Amino acid sequence: MTAMQVVFLVTAVVTLGGAVMVVTARNLVHAALWLILTLFGVAVMFALLNAPFFTVVQVVIYIGAISILMIFAIMLTRRVMQDSGPQVNPGWWMSILLALLLFGGVDPLLALGKALVSPDGYVLPFELASVLLLAALIGAIVVAWEKKS
Amino acid sequence: MISLSYYLVFSAALFCIGLYGVLARKNAVAVLMGIELMLNAVIVNVLAFWRFRTPELIAGQAFAVMVFAVAAAEVAVGLALFISIYRRRHTVAADEIDLLKW
Repeated sequence: MTAMQVVFLVTAVVTLGGAVMVVTARNLVHAALWLILTLFGVAVMFALLNAPFFTVVQVVIYIGAISILMIFAIMLTRRVMQDSGPQVNPGWWMSILLALLLFGGVDPLLALGKALVSPDGYVLPFELASVLLLAALIGAIVVAWEKKS
Repeated sequence: MISLSYYLVFSAALFCIGLYGVLARKNAVAVLMGIELMLNAVIVNVLAFWRFRTPELIAGQAFAVMVFAVAAAEVAVGLALFISIYRRRHTVAADEIDLLKW
């Protein structure tokens, strides 16, 4: 077992453990802090993949901007943060079932994935859809803006 | 050297944990955190394929950049919506935001 593999396994365990804590922590601020740990783990994964640019982008954008935005939103919507009731829906076991099913059965999507990204396939519509999505998202910002009367 | 399948299993596990968070959590901000986990899994997947299959092409990195951009936009819009909803209804619990439920 090489040093790289040890680093990979440790990172994978820390990241997945952090991810489980993100989806199970009762206190939302704790969940946000676990999310930061998970994002750091993913940044290490990018470093292991020899993608230094994405390591930096992960730290700057995800940890520096997105996590901070999350914490802002948690604090601005304070009441639910201290909610003592159940934190999951009554049908939570179905969610586990679906997640496990997906983990075991992703093979049928192989052809679709190939077609979506092949140069003589659907790569142009795919890109157009992403531009459309971005435009729609910017529109959503405008809609959500608080109008000063 | 770590083989491609290790990265894929890792990212699949991360994606499924995020999926559980999206489906099971009540707080909308926690749902958004689950979405972030899923998007991170997608980026790991894209970069792993780029590294192991076509390291000489830039397309894989371009895809990853796009996912990053969409993720950042999505978080900004999502949180704006939640704050707007909170201002009107004083809750961000996903099961209490049921105006469109028939």
